[in-house]
Amino acid sequence: MAAQVFAFILHKDGQADDSALELVAAAKKIFPDASPIAIVAGAGAGLETVCREAAASYKEVWKFANDALAYPNAEVIRPLLLKVLPKGCVLLLPHTTFGMDLGPGLAIKMDAVFVPDVVAFDGLDGATLKVVRQEFNGQASTHLACDISKGALLSLRSGCFAPEESRSAAGQVVDKSAEAGGLSARRRFVEVVQAEVGDVDITKEDVLVSVGRGFGDKENLPIAEDLAKTMGAVVSCSRPVVDAKWLDKGRQVGTSGKTVKPKVYLALGISGSFQHMGGLKGNPFIVAVNKNPKAPIFQVANVGVVADVLEFVPELTEKIKEAK
Amino acid sequence: MEILVCVKRVPDSAENEIEVKGDGSDIKRDDLVYSVNEWDNYAVEEAIQIVDRSGGSVTVVTIGSEDSEEVVRREMAMGANNGLMLVDPAFEGSDGRGIAAILKAAVQKGTYDLVLCGAQADDGAAQVGGMLAALLDWPYASLVNKIEVQDGKKIKIGREIEGGNQEINEIELPCVLSIQTGINEPRYVGIRGIRKVASVEIPVLNAAALGVDAAAVGKAGARVKRLDYFVPQAGAGAEMLQGSTDEIAAKLIDLLKAKGGLK
Amino acid sequence: MQPALVSPASASFLGIPAVFIYILIPLIGIGVFAYIMRRRIEPLLKAAPDHRFTRYPERVRAVLKIWLAQWRHPRYLLAGILHIVVFFGFLTLAARSTQLVILGFVDGFSLPGFGGAFGHFYSAAKDYAGTAVFGSAVILAVRRLAFKPARYDVPERYGKDHTPEAILVLGLICTLLVSESLFDASLVAAQAAAGQPAHWLPPLTLGWFFRHLLAGASTAALQGIHLAAYTIHDLTFFFFLCFLPMGKHFHVITSIFNVFFMRLDHGNVKPVRHGVDESKLDELKSFGVKTFEDFTWKHMLDFYSCADCGRCSDRCPANRVKRPLSPRFISIKARDCCFKLYPLWGRTQEESKALIGSIYSEDEIWSCTTCGACEQECPLGIEYIDKMVDLRRGMVDEGMVPQSLQKPLSALEKRGNPWGKLEKKRVDWIAGVGEGCRVKLFEKGEAAETLYFVDSITSYDDRMQKVAQATARILCAAGVDFGVLGKDEKDSGHEVRRFGEEMLFQTLKEQNTEAIKAAEVKRIVTADPHAYNALEKDYSGLPPVQHISEVIVDAVRSGRLTLTPGDNGSKTYTYHDPCYLGRHNALYDLPRQAIDAIPGIRRAEMTGDCRDRSFCCGGGGLMLFYEPEEEQRMGVVRVKMAQEAGADVIITACPFCLVNIEDAIKVAGLEGRMEAIDLCELIDRHIQR
Repeated sequence: MAAQVFAFILHKDGQADDSALELVAAAKKIFPDASPIAIVAGAGAGLETVCREAAASYKEVWKFANDALAYPNAEVIRPLLLKVLPKGCVLLLPHTTFGMDLGPGLAIKMDAVFVPDVVAFDGLDGATLKVVRQEFNGQASTHLACDISKGALLSLRSGCFAPEESRSAAGQVVDKSAEAGGLSARRRFVEVVQAEVGDVDITKEDVLVSVGRGFGDKENLPIAEDLAKTMGAVVSCSRPVVDAKWLDKGRQVGTSGKTVKPKVYLALGISGSFQHMGGLKGNPFIVAVNKNPKAPIFQVANVGVVADVLEFVPELTEKIKEAK
Repeated sequence: MEILVCVKRVPDSAENEIEVKGDGSDIKRDDLVYSVNEWDNYAVEEAIQIVDRSGGSVTVVTIGSEDSEEVVRREMAMGANNGLMLVDPAFEGSDGRGIAAILKAAVQKGTYDLVLCGAQADDGAAQVGGMLAALLDWPYASLVNKIEVQDGKKIKIGREIEGGNQEINEIELPCVLSIQTGINEPRYVGIRGIRKVASVEIPVLNAAALGVDAAAVGKAGARVKRLDYFVPQAGAGAEMLQGSTDEIAAKLIDLLKAKGGLK
Repeated sequence: MQPALVSPASASFLGIPAVFIYILIPLIGIGVFAYIMRRRIEPLLKAAPDHRFTRYPERVRAVLKIWLAQWRHPRYLLAGILHIVVFFGFLTLAARSTQLVILGFVDGFSLPGFGGAFGHFYSAAKDYAGTAVFGSAVILAVRRLAFKPARYDVPERYGKDHTPEAILVLGLICTLLVSESLFDASLVAAQAAAGQPAHWLPPLTLGWFFRHLLAGASTAALQGIHLAAYTIHDLTFFFFLCFLPMGKHFHVITSIFNVFFMRLDHGNVKPVRHGVDESKLDELKSFGVKTFEDFTWKHMLDFYSCADCGRCSDRCPANRVKRPLSPRFISIKARDCCFKLYPLWGRTQEESKALIGSIYSEDEIWSCTTCGACEQECPLGIEYIDKMVDLRRGMVDEGMVPQSLQKPLSALEKRGNPWGKLEKKRVDWIAGVGEGCRVKLFEKGEAAETLYFVDSITSYDDRMQKVAQATARILCAAGVDFGVLGKDEKDSGHEVRRFGEEMLFQTLKEQNTEAIKAAEVKRIVTADPHAYNALEKDYSGLPPVQHISEVIVDAVRSGRLTLTPGDNGSKTYTYHDPCYLGRHNALYDLPRQAIDAIPGIRRAEMTGDCRDRSFCCGGGGLMLFYEPEEEQRMGVVRVKMAQEAGADVIITACPFCLVNIEDAIKVAGLEGRMEAIDLCELIDRHIQR
C-alpha cells in the first residue's frame, strides 16, 4: 500500500497526549511499510515543544502554527486538514471528544471511509482493511472490512493499542503553517469551564477505585483514597457507603446511584450485589478484592484477590508507588 | 425555531442481554425489547424545551421499518409536534454515510434551523451527526450538554470534554448538534400519553419521495461492511490471583498497566 | 317575689331593653356563621366526586367508635385523656349553651325535658363538666407553653408557630366556662344574700368557687357581674362559633361528618375518578390532582377537619428520617391554600394554580411509602394515601417523574419487572429449590390447585430467591399442590399504581389476570405482602388469596407440618410487622402464630412500635429505586427499635422489608450482632422432614 499514513496529535500546555504514542504504534502495525506522519496544529511556544516531542516518535512531523489554532476547534481544523492532506491517505485519530467532533465530517469531506472507535486491527489484505469494533455497550464485538483505496479515517480507542515508547525516530519537523492560510469557521470557541473541584463526576472516569462495606469504617477510607491518587483514579462506592455517610451520593455506583463506564474498575470490599453491578456498564476490567471467597463479585470480575482490603490495599499502593 | 430531531429505534441493552448468534451473523433478537435510543430521547426533550421557550416546532424523524413507528409516536407523546418516517427496502444495510445521506434528503425537504441527534446509538459509532453536517455543509458540534438560544443567527452551546469540563462555543445557525446524555431531565412518557397520540398521522417517505439515489445508500452503497458479530473469549469468573501478597500485587500491577488502569 | 338579680331578658342598657341586644347577637352570629359556612362549602361543590353514601351501618359504627367513644385518642395517653374530657364536656355543655342564648330574650327559659329531676341532674353534670374542661384547658395551655411537645413544632419552612392559635382557643374556651360559671355564681350569691332559695352549686365546681369568692359582694356588683358575664358569654359564644371555621377548630363542626365519611377499607386505592369505570379511563382529559379543585369533596373535608395535632407526622417514617414530607402539613397547607383560593370576602380566585411547585414540592409527594401509619393514627379519620396517589397521578400525567423512577417504570412496561430482566429468567430460582419438591409451571401447561404468586423481587433478586425457594419447600412440605406462572407472571403492579402510573398498572393487571385465569387455580398463595395486597384489593375476579403464614398455621394445626425445636431461647427473635400485611390487611396474629409454632422459640415484641404501630422499613416496589433526601434510613431506625427490644434476630414476612432491614443492619454497623430472616426461611429451617 502506497498510501500515506497520518496521525493527528493532540496536545495541551506544550505536552503531547499519550495517544500520540498509541497512534504511531498502531500505524506501524497496520502499515509496516509506511512511515506515519504526525500532524500537530496549534499556536504559541508550546507548539514547538510538542513538535519536537512528536519528532522523537514520528519520522516526519507537519507543524501548523496559526492563532486560529490556539484551541483545538474541530470546525477550524477540518477544513485545514482537507486542504493539506493528500487524497487517498489514511488518517488516524484518537477516539476522544475531539476525535468524535472532527472525524465523521472530515471523512465525508475527504470522501474517505470512516471507522470510529476501533479496538483492534485484524489485517490488511491489499486495499481491504479489517478491524474490530464493539457494539451494544461492549456486549458484542464485530469484525468489519472496508476498502481503503480511496482513503480512510480511523479513530482508535485509547488503551487498545500498546504505545510505542522507544522514541527512536529522530524525525524532522516540517513547518507547513503557510499552507494553513485563512482559517475561519462557523463555530467559535469561547472558553472551557472547568469541572468544579471536589465535584467529581464518576461517570466520566476511566479508572475507578470503588469502596464497599468491607472497609468497615469511615476512618479507613483514606486507604482507598491513597490508592486512587497513586493510580490517577477516582474513588467511587457502593450504596451502603453512601447510606453510612462515608461518601456523598455522587460517588455511588449502582442502579439507584450512577451508571459508570470505566475501563478499569477496582471493587474493594464490595460484595457485588446486582443492584451495584447494575451501575457498571461497558466492559470494564474488573479487579475484585474481598475477604469472602464466595462473594458474588468474583463471578463477574476479571481478576480476584481473596484478602482483607484493609491489609491488601495499602500493600498494593506501596507497590505501585515503587513501580512508578 | 424549526427543529428536526433524528431518532433511532434500538434494542434495550441495559441488562446485559445481548448474545451473539451461533453463526455470528447477528445478535439474537428474539427476546429483545426495543425503545428509542437514550441519547436521542435527551435530544427530543431538549428540542421541546427550546421550542417551549422560543417558539417553533419539533419534528422527529427516523429511518426504519413500520416497527419504528412506535418510537416516533412515543416522542410525539412526549411533546414533539410532528413525526416523519423514512422507509424503503433500499435503505437497509446502510452504513453511517448512507444513513446521513438519507437524513440529508429529509432535512432538505423542510426548512429547519437546527438538527439534533443523539451523540451515539447502539453501535457506539457516534458518526451520523457529523456526517450529516458535512453533507449539508452546516457547522457541527458533538457531545452538546447545554444549549442557549441567543438571537436567530447563532446559539451558545456547551460541549462535554475530558475531565468533566465543558467547552463553550458559539455556533451559527442552521447547524447540526449531537446531544450528550445529562443535558436535561427528560419528562416521563407513560402509556396514557402514547394512547393520546395513537391516531395522529405520521407521513412516510421512501427513497423516490426523498429523491435519494438508491445506489448510494443501503447495502449497495455501504463502504464499511460488517463481517460478523462475535464475543471475545472470556474466562469463567475471575482469575483468582494466588501467591504471596507481594506476588499478587506485582501481577495486579502488570494487569492494571496493560488495561490502562495506571496513569 | 322579686328576683334577686335582674335577668338578661329583663334588663336594659341606657333605656334600651337588652333583649334587642341579646337577639341581635345571635342573629348576627348565626348570620355570619352561615355566611362563612356557605363560603367554606363552595369548594366542595366544585370538587371531584367521592362515593361515600354507602355502607351506612359501618359508617354509624365508625362514628360511635371513633367519634363518640374517641377510640384513637388514648394512643397518646395524656393528650388523649384531656381531649376526651374536653370533648365530653363540650357535648354535655351543648344544651346549656343553647339555653343560655335563648335566656337572653326568653326569661327563665329551659329546654324541653330539662325541667324537674333531669334538669337538676343535668345542672350538676354540666357544672362538673365545665370545671373539668376548665382544668383540662389550663393543663393543655401549660403543656403547649411550657412543655412544648415535639409534634406541635412547626419547622421553619412551614411558616409560623401555631401556638398562638391554640392558646387563643383555649382562652376562648376558658372565657366561656368562666363567664357561664360567673353568671350562675353571681345569681346564687345574690339569692343567698337576699335570703332567697338559691340554686345549688355542686362543690368544687367553678361556679361553686366563684360563688364563695363573691360571697361578700354588693348587689350592684353582683348585678353587674351577672349581666356582664352573660353578655361576654353570648359574644364569646358566637365569636367562637364564627371562629371555628377559620382554623384547626373547624374540626369541632366537621369531625362527626369526617368520621362518618371516613375510609372503611384499608390497603385499597381510590379509582382515578369516582364514577368513571376503569375501562373508560382513556376518556379522561386529566388524571390525578393537579389543582385544588381536583381533590374530592371528602379530601377537602379532611383538610378542614385537621386538628393540627401532629400525631400523623409523629408516626410518619418519612418525617422521622427527615424526608421533606410531614403529613400534618399536607393537610394544613392544603387547608390554608383553600382559604386563600376561597376567601371570606372578595371573589374566589379564578384560576387555581398547580399545587406541585406552589404548596407542595415533587420530592415531598414522592417521599411517601404509603405505609398508612398516618391514617391509622388520625383521630379524625383523615386519609392521606389516596391523596398522595392522586397527586402522583397528576405528576405522572404531566411527565414530572424523577429520573430514578423512569428506568424501572420503562422496564416494567417492557419486561414486566423493574430491573428489565428477561422474562424467562423469572423461574431461575426454581433450580435451587432442592430435591423432592416439585414446582409446577403453568406457562408450560401444567395444572395445579394453588398458584404461588412470586412477584418480581422474589423472582429476580439473588437474596430473595432464597425466600422463594423456602416458600416452595414449605408448600411442598404442607402438601400443597401448587405451580407458578413463570414467564407469564408480571409484576403485580402494586407500587406502579401507588406511584401514580395507573395505566401501566392496568396493563400489568390485565396481563396477570389473564394468566391467572388461564391457570384455573382454586386459590392463590403469596409470600409478598405487596402482591398480596394488590391481588386482594386492586385486582378483581380472582380466586381467594392467602398469605403464606395462613398456609403455615393451617398446616401446623392440622398436623401436616411439624416444626422442630428452635435454639431454645439462645437468641431473641422479634417480628417486624410489614405495612402491607399488618396495617393494611390486619394480618398481625397469623405470622406470630407461625413463629410461635416453633417449639422453644423466644420472641419479644417491639412494644409500642408493633402491630398497627409498626414502623415502615423504608418501602417496597418502586420505592427501592427512588433517591430520597433523608437524614438516615428508615430501616436503621427500625433496626434500632429491634435492638432496644432486646432482639438478636428480626423476622419479617416481606421481601422488601428483608432487603431494607438487611441493608440497615450493615449501615448501622450491627453486622454480627443483629440478623434478619424471612418468615419462610425461618419456618423452612425448622420443618421436620
